[in-house]
Amino acid sequence: MEQTRRVFLKRSLTASAIGAAVGAGLLNPRSAFADAWPEKAFMSTNYKEVMKMIDGADTAESGHVTIQAPDIAENGAVVPVTMSSDLDNVVSLTLYTPQNPFPLNSTYEFSHGALPYASFRIKLAKTMPITAVARTADGKLYSATKQVKVTIGGCGG
Amino acid sequence: MSNTIRTRAMLNGDIAKIMALINHPMSLKIVNGKTIPLNFIEQVKAEINGKQVFLADWSAAISKNPFLAFKVKGAKAGDSVKLSWNDNKGKSGSTEFKIS
Repeated sequence: MEQTRRVFLKRSLTASAIGAAVGAGLLNPRSAFADAWPEKAFMSTNYKEVMKMIDGADTAESGHVTIQAPDIAENGAVVPVTMSSDLDNVVSLTLYTPQNPFPLNSTYEFSHGALPYASFRIKLAKTMPITAVARTADGKLYSATKQVKVTIGGCGG
Repeated sequence: MSNTIRTRAMLNGDIAKIMALINHPMSLKIVNGKTIPLNFIEQVKAEINGKQVFLADWSAAISKNPFLAFKVKGAKAGDSVKLSWNDNKGKSGSTEFKIS
């Protein structure tokens, strides 16, 4: 079942008609393929392109989002991150790590009473800014960025 | 497979904070400066009383033996929580518990 869905997703995303619709901002890829793991976005190395695939645009207004992470992470393999928003119509929060090998770290979707909040631990290859983006039900994007200094890179293991 | 996830729920008024620790290698390797994801959890899903409330899409850049916490408003003692994960190698795990 998983495999079938993935194959479907791959084929669908490469289909030119859908690609054009996505490019024109007519279609939000995440809602169009609800619940499938967004393989193409996770494998992309282009930050702006990834953000368009996940959030439908490559810029976000700052504010309404809080990102908590240490100023200095001694071990880049385990960096605690908490994202949250004070808005009540947030459908997803996404963490972007623009200078990691893959800019998309993880994305979280909320429904049926879940609050826009996620706490987890990430790997950072080096010192970089990390950005949390909240997407609202009406497609607006809000973000917050935090610089995390890494003393030992976390992508070696 | 329930032994792959350890859970804890904290109820504060009508907001439940649900925390999970999953046993998983979340591995990647670097070959000639290129990062290659090896074995990692792609998705973690949470249902409360049979309704999906939370979905996480992950990459190999989530730390080994992942920790995850999320919050659900309108939760109460006795609500049934189901957590499940699946990885890129077709493995999966799940656990069910009640908020107390």
